[in-house]
Amino acid sequence: MRVIQNLGDWLDARLQIAASLRETAEHRVPRETSSWFYVFGSAALVVFCVQIVTGILLALIYAPTASEAWNSLQTLNFNIHLGWFIRALHGWGSNFMVAIVLLHMVQVFLFGAYKYPRELTWIVGIFLLLMTLGMAFSGQILRFDQDAFWGLGIGASISSRVPVVGPLTVKLLLGGPIIAGATLSRFFALHVFVIPGLLIAFIGLHLLMVLKLGINDWPMPGRLVRKATYVKEYHELTQKDGIPFFPAAVWKDLFFAAAVLLALAACAAYFGPFGPSGRPDPTIIQTAPRPDYFFLWLYALLSLLPANLETPALLIGPVIGIIFLLLLPFLFGEGEKSWRRRPLAVLTILLVAVVLGTFTNLAGNAPWSPVMDAWSGLPIPPQYLQGRSALERQGAVVFQLKQCHNCHSLGSEGGKRGPALDQIALIQTEDQMIRQVIQGGGNMPAYGKNLSPAETTALIAFLKTLHPAGQRPARDASRALAAQPSTSNPTNP
Amino acid sequence: MTVPDNLSRRAMLMKLGVFFNTVIAAVLAVPIVGYLFSPITRARKAGDSWLPLGSLDQYPAGETRLATFRNSDVRPWDGKTADSACWVRRIDAQTFQVFAINCAHLGCPVRWFPQSRLFMCPCHGGVYYEDGARASGPPERGLFEYAYKVEDGKLFINAVELPTPGAPSALINIGGKLPCA
Repeated sequence: MRVIQNLGDWLDARLQIAASLRETAEHRVPRETSSWFYVFGSAALVVFCVQIVTGILLALIYAPTASEAWNSLQTLNFNIHLGWFIRALHGWGSNFMVAIVLLHMVQVFLFGAYKYPRELTWIVGIFLLLMTLGMAFSGQILRFDQDAFWGLGIGASISSRVPVVGPLTVKLLLGGPIIAGATLSRFFALHVFVIPGLLIAFIGLHLLMVLKLGINDWPMPGRLVRKATYVKEYHELTQKDGIPFFPAAVWKDLFFAAAVLLALAACAAYFGPFGPSGRPDPTIIQTAPRPDYFFLWLYALLSLLPANLETPALLIGPVIGIIFLLLLPFLFGEGEKSWRRRPLAVLTILLVAVVLGTFTNLAGNAPWSPVMDAWSGLPIPPQYLQGRSALERQGAVVFQLKQCHNCHSLGSEGGKRGPALDQIALIQTEDQMIRQVIQGGGNMPAYGKNLSPAETTALIAFLKTLHPAGQRPARDASRALAAQPSTSNPTNP
Repeated sequence: MTVPDNLSRRAMLMKLGVFFNTVIAAVLAVPIVGYLFSPITRARKAGDSWLPLGSLDQYPAGETRLATFRNSDVRPWDGKTADSACWVRRIDAQTFQVFAINCAHLGCPVRWFPQSRLFMCPCHGGVYYEDGARASGPPERGLFEYAYKVEDGKLFINAVELPTPGAPSALINIGGKLPCA
């Protein structure tokens, strides 16, 4: 112990930082802020440190070139001792970091921490969120598999829609006319140098302000923030009823950080690393690229927006969102902090959470995507074929062969792009079916040119059998009337 | 020589120092910005990049086939990403349509289904007819089309850059002018 003490004294005689470190560690914070709600920021910092360490470890092996990146990830997964685990830690760390940063943001929003005098802390925090998402996206690119390659194509397609500068932005983004080696190199530079450097600088600013301005006091309903009096009130709060951050409050941060690290290690060990999926070969087109988890909601949004709203929503929506977040502390810089008296704030969070959750969930099974191999890989349920005539069965063959199954499900198997056809005969008459198949419309291609009259006849005969056993199919009353004015008794196939 | 009271020798030297650094920084910025923006300023122009798609025999009349080509502006470490794919539709002996593989919505690779004569996109469900016209789904237009030419029994396309919805100018818009032969 004496040796350590002497060494410490020797160092401090030269560095002279022990006193200010101690002062920083023991700075007084309001008593109530020693809370399990105040642990997310420090946990995000801890996960960021994990990302730095694992990132450097991966860089020892990873080859940031378009021709070799994918191979080097395979090597990491299978040939380097515990390489898979470091990849898993880094990949799961990315998910954890986004999740914890979002939790942190929700907490400081609901606790009114963005109000005076912590406006700039909030604004820096918004940039930290954007950089965290930037790291998540660029990290996905560095995986440089099929998803990354086509994901870049999607990013380029979105960027290209910016008026005037869009196409130029695409060339800058890709580092050339196509997605290739230069593209990976610049995302490597972004992911490894540019964004982490900015992140470290902004985290420093963020922490500095937390120390200088003090941690947000626990919001009490009715205790309003006023610019004229707040600093004085806060000072009294910390001096009269404050506790030293170290050790009175820090233990909760430490426990939570340990729990997060444990969960991260458990996820990494149990679920393993992410991908890489198929080789980034542009000539292999049998692929259905999906974004990583935190961008799934965006994937859903892009499918569900009406076509004419897509470009404005993509280009203007994020700008409005970010500007609103940046202006928030200036629009609502004073007044009530407690979420108990800010129903609009609580509703906003709930709404955003429900919207993002719903979109993410939808993107999980992507009902808007055709099932590309349904026509060849998913058989028609046997009950739809038993006891059917030869013509009707021939229609079932046409149904498969013309890829109808890719967009329409039967027995809940197949595409969900179009309506399920299990009961189509209840909804449409023969004439309506023929018109729909031949002319298309309502988001269905017209099959007029691609079906012979015989094929159409067979297909419609099959579709007419698709109704529950006890229920009559839809019929055109006028036709029966025209044929037999006295009796109308349509045949039930 | 009179010197203003508020300008000491030291202050003037400091200002001169700041001035020199600003000038040098500005001069250095020129090559740095030029380097950064070279993907734009040094981009190849459309028209000087005819890429071979192989012999005409590979493309039977009335059918649509997948073709691959090597891009013109590539580096040794691009690996497989130096290649691209496209769909070649041979209408008759001399008439072709060459479609970009990228969906006009967000660039995912579309797949051709010869049975139903449709292109389908696996991402968001864009569908196109065999002539590339939009059939259904989110795309706002038909498939991107490359200009082509036939020389010595071989098919060439004019492909310069990744086709995107914002930059179809290098390509031919379906419904616009026909591909030049």
